[in-house]
Amino acid sequence: MSNQAPLLELKNIKKDFFGNQVLEDINLTLREGEVLGLVGENGAGKSTLMKILFGMNEIRETGGYGGDILLCGEKVSFATPFEALEHGIGMVHQEFSLIPGFTATENILLNREPQKKSVLSEVFGERLNTLDRHEMDERAENAIEKMGVHIDGNMVISDMPVGHKQFTEIARELSKEQLRLLILDEPTAVLTEQEAEALLDSIRGMSARGIAVIFITHRLQEILNVCDKVVVMRDGCIVKDVPAKETSIPEITRWMVGRSVNTTQEDARPIPETKTILSIERLWVDMPGETVRDVNLEVREGEILGIGGLAGQGKLGIPNGIMGLYDAGGKVTFEGKEIPLNSPRKCLDANLAFVSEDRRGVGLLLDESLEWNISFPAMQIQGKYLKPLLGGLVHWRDEAAIREVTQQYIDELQIKCTSSRQRAKELSGGNQQKVCLAKAFALTPKFLFVSEPTRGIDVGAKALVLKALKKFNRENGVTIVMISSELEELRQICDRIAIVSGGRIAGIRPATDSSEDFGALMVSQVV
Amino acid sequence: MSEMNKTGAPVAGKVREALREFGLPRLIIAAFLLLMFIIAPFTGANFWSQITNVFNRFSWNAVLVLAMVPMVHSGCGLNFGLPVGIIAGLLGATLSIEWGFTGPVSFFMAILIATPFAIAFGLAYGWLLNKIKGGEMMIATYVGFSVVSFFCMMWLVLPYTKGDMAWGFEGTGLRTTFPIDKYYGGVLSNFLRIQIGKLVIPTGALLFFALLAFLIWAFLHTKTGTAMTAVGSNPVFARAAGINVDRIRMLSVVMSTWLAAVGILVYEQGFGFVQLYNAPFNMALPAVSAILIGGATANKASITNVVIGTILFQGIVTMTPTVMNGLINLDISEVLRMVVSNGMILYALTRKTEATR
Amino acid sequence: MNGKKTSGQKLLGFLGANSVPIMFIIIIAFCIPVVGFSPTFLLNEIVTRLSRNAFLILSLLIPIMAGMGLNFGMTLGAMAAEIALIFVTDWQIWGIPGMVLAMILSVPLSALLGLLCGKILNAAKGREMITSYIISFFMNGMYQLVVLYMMGSIIPILHNNIKLPRGYGVRSSVDLTHIRKCLDNLLAVNVAGVRIPLLTILIIAAMCLVIVWFRRTKLGQDMRAVGQDMEVARAAGIDVERTRLISIVISTVLAGIGMVIYLQNMGDMATYSSHSQIGMFCIAALLVGGASVDKASIGNVFLGVILFHTMFILAPSAGAKITGNEVIGEYFRVFVSYGVITIALVMYETKKRREKAGIGQQLAAAQKEGDK
Repeated sequence: MSNQAPLLELKNIKKDFFGNQVLEDINLTLREGEVLGLVGENGAGKSTLMKILFGMNEIRETGGYGGDILLCGEKVSFATPFEALEHGIGMVHQEFSLIPGFTATENILLNREPQKKSVLSEVFGERLNTLDRHEMDERAENAIEKMGVHIDGNMVISDMPVGHKQFTEIARELSKEQLRLLILDEPTAVLTEQEAEALLDSIRGMSARGIAVIFITHRLQEILNVCDKVVVMRDGCIVKDVPAKETSIPEITRWMVGRSVNTTQEDARPIPETKTILSIERLWVDMPGETVRDVNLEVREGEILGIGGLAGQGKLGIPNGIMGLYDAGGKVTFEGKEIPLNSPRKCLDANLAFVSEDRRGVGLLLDESLEWNISFPAMQIQGKYLKPLLGGLVHWRDEAAIREVTQQYIDELQIKCTSSRQRAKELSGGNQQKVCLAKAFALTPKFLFVSEPTRGIDVGAKALVLKALKKFNRENGVTIVMISSELEELRQICDRIAIVSGGRIAGIRPATDSSEDFGALMVSQVV
Repeated sequence: MSEMNKTGAPVAGKVREALREFGLPRLIIAAFLLLMFIIAPFTGANFWSQITNVFNRFSWNAVLVLAMVPMVHSGCGLNFGLPVGIIAGLLGATLSIEWGFTGPVSFFMAILIATPFAIAFGLAYGWLLNKIKGGEMMIATYVGFSVVSFFCMMWLVLPYTKGDMAWGFEGTGLRTTFPIDKYYGGVLSNFLRIQIGKLVIPTGALLFFALLAFLIWAFLHTKTGTAMTAVGSNPVFARAAGINVDRIRMLSVVMSTWLAAVGILVYEQGFGFVQLYNAPFNMALPAVSAILIGGATANKASITNVVIGTILFQGIVTMTPTVMNGLINLDISEVLRMVVSNGMILYALTRKTEATR
Repeated sequence: MNGKKTSGQKLLGFLGANSVPIMFIIIIAFCIPVVGFSPTFLLNEIVTRLSRNAFLILSLLIPIMAGMGLNFGMTLGAMAAEIALIFVTDWQIWGIPGMVLAMILSVPLSALLGLLCGKILNAAKGREMITSYIISFFMNGMYQLVVLYMMGSIIPILHNNIKLPRGYGVRSSVDLTHIRKCLDNLLAVNVAGVRIPLLTILIIAAMCLVIVWFRRTKLGQDMRAVGQDMEVARAAGIDVERTRLISIVISTVLAGIGMVIYLQNMGDMATYSSHSQIGMFCIAALLVGGASVDKASIGNVFLGVILFHTMFILAPSAGAKITGNEVIGEYFRVFVSYGVITIALVMYETKKRREKAGIGQQLAAAQKEGDK
């Protein structure tokens, strides 16, 4: 078999999103029955690559891709995921794609149900065929058997533990006769240890049947256990393609995070040895996809503390939980006083401020003017920009003061806009981010949470935002906690960096430590 | 030729953009009304008495349409539950008459008596709407209906005795419709009334609307009013900025309910009758569609929208019958009202831009 | 995930899930002795109303299955049926042939209206109920335009006795004496003084079987999938829009046929009001039977018809006995209909929100467990 053309061959795959190069010269081969482990930090380009392979719409909508995909030596290009499916490529996504009220069997065979003809269907068309329940059970049972992990075909999805939902998805792909290549995107993230072990067994089983598997995960041990080869991606390139036998976890970590040039701060300062200003004890936060489980953390006055970690590990949950945007529990003390959780107002009253990672959803009033966006929290919390009328009975909006403060921040942060009256939704991402910062600055906080301040903005705006934050910290003595997925960015402006893994703090190190050390922490407790 | 195209294209594009913003149905309705005004003189209808009609109908209905504004601002959507406030207003009206107030005093007493009811109903209604965020419109409709049908029973059972409104001999229950000339019929419309030939302007009623509209406008410029707009614009933003979203929504519902109560009283003083029982069922949809015709969306509405919408909607309702009667001796105004008002609401419901949040 | 429930919790859960039917049983149990109707009279009334309404209510089941909620647009089917009956009466085709012809005529009309309704609802996903509700009002305007102004002037109407005196437009009441009970009286049997319209009941039973069969078809399965998660269904290659459209068309057509059955029983048609309340009463009845916005069964239909209409029969007399005023009972049943729909809608929305919460408690509990 091995002397034939490989099952899958990627040649010089390139992809850019509006001029922003996210994939460069990807070359990859995969043989029948081979298991390939794909690792890399978030944003390294793994998901984009898989989307190209799977023919997802958003790739076509953003201008397609460069390079060739060869399947058994034949050039293919999929316009839709359905075409990819026809060619035997299956994918299990991170989000479940299951009908909650259906049984596992019904989901496994969704829209591919075996049917029986009847008189009525002859007249009214195929959709009035009755379902062949018996045949359905049999086929589903077959797929489950192929997978090697037993799940109950008659169980309704909404009653299942998460692990079984994951297995249902896998069984659905396996029930497709033509399946030759299965892509698993972080399938073990929701599994218990035993379930994950069972899944690895089933991957081995598939491989033995000649099905090739691309296995994406942050749990490196699993990769070493089950994969034939490891491909490491970083910044849109494949940095390493080695047999799994010849490598080790520390080595993979180094490839994942390592930079050829190690950026360092030009004006690094000694870590402030000041008193604790904010202490977090036993914090849990129910933020979907960013669950925090038992975090303890102390923030020192005047420092910039970075919080890093892989996506989905809970770093975003920390500020969102403390600031009351998601259900949280535990104890948070600020300047010796306990701050009640689940109440944004109390946090803001205590002079904390938060720049959310969700600019459009939480950060901005998209339909309102810059003036409103920047002045609103300060007006509501601290009574700024208001004129008392009728002897203080009425708090009238002071439009002049609002315009003045908006103009001040427009100049200071170089926000590009037609006027302070422009609507927030008309600005570019970078400028919107600056408006969010201005909104927080206008509160003159003592303590600032900034969440993913550079996500989705261009390089120039990135530098400006980071500079503004650093200046705010240095000149006003404001303590800043910055949460970011980009380690290098944290290392540029932070004094210390805490890494979150598996919803917990995996460790705190000075920002001057090497990327490799942080990388190891990131994958230490991944769930 | 090619040069003309170059300049022509962007202009056409801009015109198209402006038209899209204004909305096709709104344009059709405005054009239709204009057409009515042009045709009207040819059908023998007096132009000035037509204008008077429109003024009158505007003065009756504008406050009811204004009652949409607070709830739209806080993101509670279009107030399909308008009857809840109307019932409070009717309680104020009947009790004011029952307790023997007459003339202009009875109007202001009616408002005063309706106020605690409106606040209580508004609080309960607001509490419910806070429990079911996202499903407001449908539930508001049925809450309104439930309240109206509950009060259908109450009008029968409550021990009203005043002869002018109660069924005399049986002694129980209020009449379905009764005149209020002795009480507050026309108190606003006749105040400072201007009459030039056939044109009559109900100055008092217009001033009263202007006063309420000014109060709402002023409220939206205060700190709390700003918070209300922000809640409607993006509730998550407002929550992150420390606003108690539920409380602001509650406040807006109480305001809307109170305005609806006052609105029905203003309507009655112009109309000259109080209508009980099933009448409030049919009050919500015209008000909802009027504000939509005026250019409001499900979470943005201004005083201008109220004024324009009420003029357009009432203009069509008053002009069409006269013109149609004059032209083809056919009165299809009722049908037209149904099609226009519900068509407008359907248009708003199916527009994707209004469902971005 | 959840531990074993005690029998007490189970009972509470049962009571909570069925609070509306239980409430109705209590109301009825209270009213029956007050009113003092004979059991035969009551049974006769219930059987009549069951045969009259059940088919109409069955038409609501399919959109619920497709996740489009309560189809207030069923009124459209009722309008189509009324137009068909106007023509049949005008052509003076009596008895069973007339009724069958009315049904046949109503089908293309309902299908067309249903298609329109479905198209609009596809543009208003997530707001289907309020939209279908407004559509019913909008179409009512169109219906009046056609029946009140165009019939007799543009659309030929042969006989003057159904026209308004002015020469065009249909009278506010159309006499269906010649069609009256033609279906009910065929094969009617008498059991212990209770008259049972066997044929109508058989037709309803056949419809139930069709629905049961429909649930087992590929289309039925697709509708259930679309109803639960449109995106997942779309990702699996199901044509979501088309499936939703079909469900509304089927519902409207069934409502049209149901309306013909309803009106043949009534024997008299209020041209401009018969359809306007039918939607509300059918929906209320279905909800009284324990259905919810996203779940309804054939059992709900029958329990609902029986409970709701028993209340309907009892309320005026009970009202008269208690307060001495008959009208109050009529208002009461309208109030109850609206009230039931309101409660069902509120329960549906709160359930949706409750499902989203609750994960927080699990986390806190997990942390506590970790302490041990």
